[in-house]
Amino acid sequence: MSNPLLVGVYQPGTSLLHRLPVGAKLGGLGVLSLTIVAVRDARAAVVFLAVAVALALVGRIGLRMLARTTRSVLLIAVIAGAVQWWVSGPAKAVETLLDLVSLALAAIAVSATTPVNAILDSLVRWISPLRRIGVDPDRVAMTIGLAVQALPGTVALALETRDAARARGLGRHPRAYLTPFVIRVVARAHETGDALAARGVGDD
Amino acid sequence: MPIVFDAAGLTVEAPDGPRVILEPTTVELVERRIGVIGANGSGKSTLARMINGLVTPSTGQVVVDGYDVTRQGREVRRRVGFCFTDPAAQLVMPTCVEDVELSLRRTVKDARQRRQRALDVLTRHGLAEHADVSVHALSGGQKQLLALAGVLAVEPAVLVADEPTTLLDLANTRRVADLLFGLDQQVVLVTHDLDLARRCDRVLVVADAAVRYDGPADAAVDHYLQSVTA
Repeated sequence: MSNPLLVGVYQPGTSLLHRLPVGAKLGGLGVLSLTIVAVRDARAAVVFLAVAVALALVGRIGLRMLARTTRSVLLIAVIAGAVQWWVSGPAKAVETLLDLVSLALAAIAVSATTPVNAILDSLVRWISPLRRIGVDPDRVAMTIGLAVQALPGTVALALETRDAARARGLGRHPRAYLTPFVIRVVARAHETGDALAARGVGDD
Repeated sequence: MPIVFDAAGLTVEAPDGPRVILEPTTVELVERRIGVIGANGSGKSTLARMINGLVTPSTGQVVVDGYDVTRQGREVRRRVGFCFTDPAAQLVMPTCVEDVELSLRRTVKDARQRRQRALDVLTRHGLAEHADVSVHALSGGQKQLLALAGVLAVEPAVLVADEPTTLLDLANTRRVADLLFGLDQQVVLVTHDLDLARRCDRVLVVADAAVRYDGPADAAVDHYLQSVTA
């Protein structure tokens, strides 16, 4: 099952970003993202983009990976930019476009240099104090792990369903693939639930 | 480990009235290799799923090693591992080693020990080099082997496998089959592969929501073949 979106986003390495603790990376990503969203200025957007590109370079993320992962975001950013141009003018459009690309680049820089497992382990550590009020950290971590893991599977289902609709010459009707797609996603969720129950997850 | 079906059946309410998924069934399964064959939709999977409580009977009861599957599901699931047809649905963590670790969470509390055990399990199943690889990057055969590794990691006494080779090519079917038939565990194998069914000690033929034949493998498979060709 090849997947264009998320498989192998993590790239092992020894760059500064790879060696930074998970908390610093996630915290930094949070602060940077909030700043990008909060500061409403086209000139600042250029600076943010430069920062995000610098991060990607420090993390030694390959060009091909960057192109592959930013392509879909770029499409959305261009559409959003075009809408903004029409509604609020060119400055706002440039800001929207650059901000979205910067956010994506910064997120990729963190994902490409941090294994999912390390993020989950840190998460379990951080929310452990909440155990006292009845939160099960392992279960929270597993829920997030499941969500991460479900994304490529869901994309694969979407592609399969689209191909099936095309093969029957129904490609132009969204209903012809959206309906079976939603049904298959729900069915997959049931199967995954069965698999978790069968493995005794939730029994303790 | 005895698996006892005591008049266990399942009827569900459908819009057009009650629908019988499995008629009340009484069997006692003690053989090491038990095959279940029959048509699509005949009730095979329901029968298999009742053994670990994924499906609970609406009448009668299923008892595994003295534990009632409906009321003591947790105890039963510690003893009964379950392998599904589509490995993509049962691999739930991002990487191979993490998926095996998920199985071990209940039994191995220390994270480092758990990782080491998971790596040992992968090594035993020839998947060590894929430990940190995304489960999506594996081939279909490797995925099923990983799914089995995850289930067997906690050393259940019984393994129920619901058409584990249906999606696999010949070479991978053989690998999975050799693994299943080489296990110390008691195995309940639901399958469409009649060659595999013939390797069992006892085979149940399920048709129209009931066990229609129950006996030695060759006789049961021949019965099934005749029922289809007749």
